[in-house]
Amino acid sequence: MNKRLSALLDSDAVKGSLSSVLSILFGLFVGCLIILAVSLSDSDFTLKSAAEGIKLLLFGVFSKGRDASGELVFGFSTSNIGNLLFRATPVIMTGLSVALAFRSGLFNIGASGQFLIGTATCLTVALSLDTKVFPPLAVWLIAFIAAGAAGALWGIIPGLLRAYLSINEVLSCIMTNWIAANLVTWFFENSPLRNAGQSGKIGYIMPTSANGVSTPTLFLDRLFPSSQVNGGFFVAIFFCIAAYILLTKTVTGFEMRICGSNSHAAHYVGIRQKKMTVFSFALAGALSGGAAALYYLSGHTEFFWSTYQTLPQEGLSGIPVALLASNNPLGVIFTSLFMSLLGVSGQQLKNLTAFNEFTTDIVVALIVYLSAFSLVIRQYLSKDRRNLIFSKAAGGKTNRTVPVYQGQLKEEGEEKQ
Amino acid sequence: MSFLIQQTIIYAVPLMTVALAGVFAERSGIVNLALEGIMIFGAFTGVLFINIMQTVFSFPKENAMLLMLMTMLFSGICGFIFSFLLSFAAVRLKSNQTVSGTALNMLSAALVMFFINLIANQNVLSMAEGDASGWFMIRKSALGFDPRTDYGFLAETFFFKTYPASYICILLFILLSVMLYKTPFGLRLRACGENPHAADSLGISVPSMRYLGTGISGFLSGIGGFVFALTTANCSASGEVAGFGFLALAVMIFGNWTPLPIFGASLLFGVFKCVAAAYSTLDINGDGKFLLAELGISTNFYRILPYLITLIVLAFTSKKSRSPRAAGIPFDKSLR
Repeated sequence: MNKRLSALLDSDAVKGSLSSVLSILFGLFVGCLIILAVSLSDSDFTLKSAAEGIKLLLFGVFSKGRDASGELVFGFSTSNIGNLLFRATPVIMTGLSVALAFRSGLFNIGASGQFLIGTATCLTVALSLDTKVFPPLAVWLIAFIAAGAAGALWGIIPGLLRAYLSINEVLSCIMTNWIAANLVTWFFENSPLRNAGQSGKIGYIMPTSANGVSTPTLFLDRLFPSSQVNGGFFVAIFFCIAAYILLTKTVTGFEMRICGSNSHAAHYVGIRQKKMTVFSFALAGALSGGAAALYYLSGHTEFFWSTYQTLPQEGLSGIPVALLASNNPLGVIFTSLFMSLLGVSGQQLKNLTAFNEFTTDIVVALIVYLSAFSLVIRQYLSKDRRNLIFSKAAGGKTNRTVPVYQGQLKEEGEEKQ
Repeated sequence: MSFLIQQTIIYAVPLMTVALAGVFAERSGIVNLALEGIMIFGAFTGVLFINIMQTVFSFPKENAMLLMLMTMLFSGICGFIFSFLLSFAAVRLKSNQTVSGTALNMLSAALVMFFINLIANQNVLSMAEGDASGWFMIRKSALGFDPRTDYGFLAETFFFKTYPASYICILLFILLSVMLYKTPFGLRLRACGENPHAADSLGISVPSMRYLGTGISGFLSGIGGFVFALTTANCSASGEVAGFGFLALAVMIFGNWTPLPIFGASLLFGVFKCVAAAYSTLDINGDGKFLLAELGISTNFYRILPYLITLIVLAFTSKKSRSPRAAGIPFDKSLR
């Protein structure tokens, strides 16, 4: 029995998940410590408020607010869980976008820009096609596809620049992000799509429900009443499964992974790397554009169009989501759900206690930071501790789950390091 | 014209400082994606330091320049310490540097917002009294000059209404660039980023070089973050630096990991950033006409220009670009 247990503990999958769980537990533990420390150092807080804060940090998604006597009430809150799924939907897609690019050796830091271009496209299409002529579902579909196509076109730019002009994709992604942010502002500056009807809403674009277009809820609204959840969540999961199949079961996916793990090998076996680079970026862009469509076509979401000073959070969150999932398309679903879970907890902390929502941001950041140590944790868990990185003499393996970001294209025929 | 030059310096200086910070890290073999995070941290610690000095120690305004120097040193040291989180993960634990860098960007923003909310009960932390230009800018009236007299182009452009902090940054930039290329230490640092095994075989400790390189990187980005907050945000910290850390990363790649092109690249970027911010009131040749405003092109076009021009310039120059060969790869003694 003991032998079998240790064999089970030794398997890579178990060690991998255990090390992730350990990172998460440690992150949450530090979060609790922070709340405790704040309560002890500030006279405004009592130990009772610290206990409430910790409860909300850990179980915020089950919070149902405060009752008449001011005590926290916990229970199965359908609106919280529904909103959690809705928040996770675009992040699943952008995370998938970043993960796929990473798998083919590219750092897609431009998900924000692709997301913005997708937003502008899907909103324009969904609000300007007449729903009296076309059925709303068809308009939704056209808007979704248009957003994906626009995102892909925007994503192709850094891909082309990298493939044919050897411009580092990190640089061109950062530049195209800000160009997109300014272009979108320019595009909507005098647009009739702005919500002029309601007072104080001129800074926003009309929600698509104004034109009768909204994502079908697929009975999710019955399961989770009074929340924003809709069928977009299933669409996102569908894309994750499709991406998993693409990566593991198709020739194209195999070629993408070879380009990602060893560009010399890819060159040697005759994979056309330039084409793959452009293709990967187009795919990543399409997914980020689709993320925008799933978020803004919901019917209720309002888009703040003056974006030129900040990039959308959904695009930036894609990077940690992908990294936390070790760029596994299926893992992305769980990591983005987990991040949104902590996001909901943060909102509850802000609304119900005097602690601010950034406590959970710290927890998320710590978890991502610790996830980079998974190699050490794995080695601690394994029986063979001779190779431990901490022991100076032994080199130990290096963490190769994520392709190393390198600043340049390798020249053809250059010797492998 | 004076205005254009002054504004350009304000935008360009944080960029070049932080881009050089990136150079020090990457030349030692560590990819520092956390530049943005360290800038945010440096901006926060700097503003907090000034705030505490003003409230707790009631620092006199006459010695504002001394306070500025102290604050720059303080935020630099804070950045140095914060960057240790990156170098520890990358050198000792051989973690993936992209992951650590991204995590530190998140951690820094979250920590800073957490503390700002705790301290100020709002999302911005600013100076306790006075404002940035009143305290830290060279002003005619404060020095006893007549505010209405014109003291010539040079004095009006490069002396009055400038922040000495910018010049200190430029000085640091020059000193550290010379150090990187003309001293044994610089050569060793660069060797660790190009071929760590060769450096190791000659008795150079690659880990300590990488710790130092990242440390200098943190020091510079901390200062850059504070100077950014001082000159563009009226000495206030709000948990973001308008993406300047990532822009600096771009400028570093644009400048081909070498100081002089970085200097030029950040000036180019600064000029267009400044044109975007002030094109409607820009009087280039001094004939009282606002040439760019009369063209009637949208503001948004000017805002796009710095990014677009960077891409276009790169399209012509990028073939020569190459990064330090070993940047991003954890050093493993046993490999060769």
